[in-house]
Amino acid sequence: MIEVMNIQKRFGEKEVLKDVSFRVNDGDVIAVLGPSGSGKTTMLRCLSFLETADGGKVIFDGKEYDLHHSSKKDILNYRKKIGFVFQNYQLFGNKTALENVTEGLIIARKMDKKEAVDRGMKALERVGMLDHKDFYPSRLSGGQQQRVAIARAMVSEPGVIFFDEPTSALDPELTGEVLNVMEKLADEGTTMVVVTHEMEFARRGADRVILMEDGLIVEEDSSDVFFTSPKTDRAKAFLEGIRGR
Amino acid sequence: MTERILQELIESFPKLLLTALKVTVPLTAISFTIGIMIALMTALVQIAKIPVLRQLARFYVWIIRGTPMLVQLFVVYFGLPSIGITMSAFPSAIIVLSLSVGAYCSETIRGAIESVPKGQLEACYCVGMTFPQAMRRVIIPQAMTAAFPPLSNSLIGLVKDTSLAYSIAVVEIMAQAQRIASRTYDYFWLYLEAGLIYLIICTLLTWIQRLVERRMERKR
Ligand SMILES: Nc1ncnc2c1ncn2[C@@H]1O[C@H](COP(=O)(O)OP(=O)(O)OP(=O)(O)O)[C@@H](O)[C@H]1O
Ligand SMILES: [Mg+2]
Repeated sequence: MIEVMNIQKRFGEKEVLKDVSFRVNDGDVIAVLGPSGSGKTTMLRCLSFLETADGGKVIFDGKEYDLHHSSKKDILNYRKKIGFVFQNYQLFGNKTALENVTEGLIIARKMDKKEAVDRGMKALERVGMLDHKDFYPSRLSGGQQQRVAIARAMVSEPGVIFFDEPTSALDPELTGEVLNVMEKLADEGTTMVVVTHEMEFARRGADRVILMEDGLIVEEDSSDVFFTSPKTDRAKAFLEGIRGR
Repeated sequence: MTERILQELIESFPKLLLTALKVTVPLTAISFTIGIMIALMTALVQIAKIPVLRQLARFYVWIIRGTPMLVQLFVVYFGLPSIGITMSAFPSAIIVLSLSVGAYCSETIRGAIESVPKGQLEACYCVGMTFPQAMRRVIIPQAMTAAFPPLSNSLIGLVKDTSLAYSIAVVEIMAQAQRIASRTYDYFWLYLEAGLIYLIICTLLTWIQRLVERRMERKR
């Protein structure tokens, strides 16, 4: 279980996250929706210590982490228990697909090389990229790169994987293969927090939906309720806006 | 060109070549190796924004880039003894050349490191790596690929800069050519031959550079 408490973050004058709290149960898939600029990316970045929050805590794996200041050692340990999938994949350009997946195991976790390769191959197989294991990222399509990135994030079997709009940078015809992989992960019980504009994924793949606006969570529901009978006007307006498009 | 001069040039060629192998090549190789290490550290303390060291690094680059190498050679070789630091010519040349490579190449390397998408560093963090691990395994290797052509240029420039060590009495190719010529007064031909030696070294290096670049191209 991961419990996020009172994240706050401002950039200069702008209060990007006002007070964000939520909870993710093991095996849950949470879709985070919201208009552009509502703070979704910033929230995930704070939760990965890529951005230092001004306040807030996260309780994860029985340990409490201060998002404003944690020691380097705590941050390092925490990061070994999460996975992050970026909008732009961010594969290591000097490593093959397989090396991208095994690098963290071997270098950060000091895993035996043979075991790491073993696990890496399994992870690539799960995302359907085993036949491309020796390809460098520049030889892969966006969808293939993102699937390798997903394998890289899940190979260590983290307690939660954060996705930041994993299909937004893809050509429309490539989003399907990535969403399929994510739905498969979800079905297999992976705990996921997914920032997305893909309503179809939120509806089918997610257990719960969080709607963010202006640095606040304005509605939180099971995904069925959110899409059929949203409680707040803002959620209704948001859904209207989407259907209108 | 008379037969006598041709004869002289043929005889002097191995001598010049030997000087190149014994002085110019080691001077270049040692200075470049040390220089690249200085450059890397200088670039890294600026990128990691380490206080004090970062300002020091910028000061160092400013000084070295803003003053002629000839002045630096004179300061180290002729100037330092007056405050009690005496060194022979060869190590003095190594110091000055290394510092020069360090300053110029640090900018190249810094640019190359910054050219690697910042997200890759964050991706390293998210698989649990530390900053040094990320640099060593992911960022610097890619930066070096990007920096390879300009660094090769610097290396070739350095080969020619070693001739400045002549001014502090290092017996390198120029000094050797002059010595030989002073016996017969065929300066014109011997200096041309000295130039030829440099040309050979630089051509070889250019050739190696192409080879390596082609190999790196394949590994992507
Ligand atoms: N590094 C930064 N410095 C200053 N302002 C920032 C920075 N990062 C984000 N912001 C601002 O914070 C606000 C929230 O940004 P964020 O990227 O979290 O939104 P988002 O919900 O992910 O939007 P999108 O759907 O467009 O990705 C925006 O107004 C943005 O301009
Ligand atoms: Mg975003």
